[in-house]
Amino acid sequence: MQQILFFFIRNKNFLLFCVLFLVSIGLTIQSHSYHKNKFITSANFLSGGLYSFKSNFTDYFNLRTENNQLIEENLRMREQLEFFKKNSFLTEVDSSSILSKYYYTPARVINNSFSKTKNKITIDEGSKKNIELDMGVITSKGIVGIINNTSKNYATIQSILNTNSQINAKLKSTDHFGSLVWDTNDPNIVQLEEIPRLAPLVIGDTIVTGGRSTIFPEGILIGTIKGFKLLADESSYTLNIQLFNDMTNLNHVYIIQNKEREEIKLVEEGDTDAE
Amino acid sequence: MQNKDILINILRFIILILLQVFILNNINFLGFINPYLYIFFILIFPFNGNKALLIFLSFLLGLSIDFFGDSGGIHAAASVFIAYIRPAFLKFSFGVSYEHDSIKLGNSDFIKRFIYITLMVITHHVILFSLEIFNTDHILLILKSTLFSSIFSVVLLVTTMSLFSRKS
Repeated sequence: MQQILFFFIRNKNFLLFCVLFLVSIGLTIQSHSYHKNKFITSANFLSGGLYSFKSNFTDYFNLRTENNQLIEENLRMREQLEFFKKNSFLTEVDSSSILSKYYYTPARVINNSFSKTKNKITIDEGSKKNIELDMGVITSKGIVGIINNTSKNYATIQSILNTNSQINAKLKSTDHFGSLVWDTNDPNIVQLEEIPRLAPLVIGDTIVTGGRSTIFPEGILIGTIKGFKLLADESSYTLNIQLFNDMTNLNHVYIIQNKEREEIKLVEEGDTDAE
Repeated sequence: MQNKDILINILRFIILILLQVFILNNINFLGFINPYLYIFFILIFPFNGNKALLIFLSFLLGLSIDFFGDSGGIHAAASVFIAYIRPAFLKFSFGVSYEHDSIKLGNSDFIKRFIYITLMVITHHVILFSLEIFNTDHILLILKSTLFSSIFSVVLLVTTMSLFSRKS
């Protein structure tokens, strides 16, 4: 017994090191699997609070670009509105028919990373505003990522600049589907994989979200084709996509809530039970 | 440790975390290179101080950086490792009797100090980037990030050390 005690006392530094090192490795492995990173997240009271305190100051530096973006978005929406007015036969639109199945919640980015391989973004809205896991996040220009952690007042987003991200996307002109991933090289260029060989590709064509999941509505802008190459086995293309968003400079984002998500999930889960 | 030393270490702990999180993590030189200055705390922790305490404090330090960076436990793992291996590196760069000679980093040989800092930084960065990227397909990326960030960190640490060391 005494021998064992002496052993522990003699090697207490090594044992302490082993325990703490294993804990950190455990936390690391956990953070590599999507949705399991419950403990180490900047969506907590302290780091979230400090980040929003910081961005209260730093936001002023971006006011001019932010204003320009808002004006551009307003302009685009006005043009669309005029177009719809012209083409609609209804003189008065019934307000209940306008309501879509998606809600949008605005939020402010308080911390953004883009230089790592698994980038996360922190925003200053959380479960208080009904923000939940797996909701899509966009800006006026295009997609940003998916919510992967929430606290009461803050949430973190798994950015599309994250090697764990896989988002369903398609060519706007021909509806060929593929999945959007990132090869960690450039924060403004992502890759679209598994586009079939038959798809007619033109550099400069627009890529939009595919709408095959409950996360993003169909047709949210992503970027344009910058280049493409055929895989070695000639089965499919891998495309380089230039993003519309400047991922290094994000300020305001919108979180998309799908009203029918619960229902779709319920149906899908029922499906697997029946097997 | 006396009360004054404890207070200085606590202050240093907090200031280094804030500096790292709010300024140094946002440098992104050439797109991906950031210096990691927070290990300054581990480097200049008193040489004859409690080793178990240093290991534990390093864990807390790394974990705080992880909280802000949403990075799991990568900084905690790297910090704990260099805190544990520190006596070996001290022995290697300053000789066997570093503990008794009451060597101060500030008035030691520049070459010895440089070797010590470089060893610590490279060990830390190798573990950090291996865990962050966590993929053998990207081994070139790991080496590249380690090399460039190490150069940046070593330069910054040597400068900081000469700025803040008390000459006695």
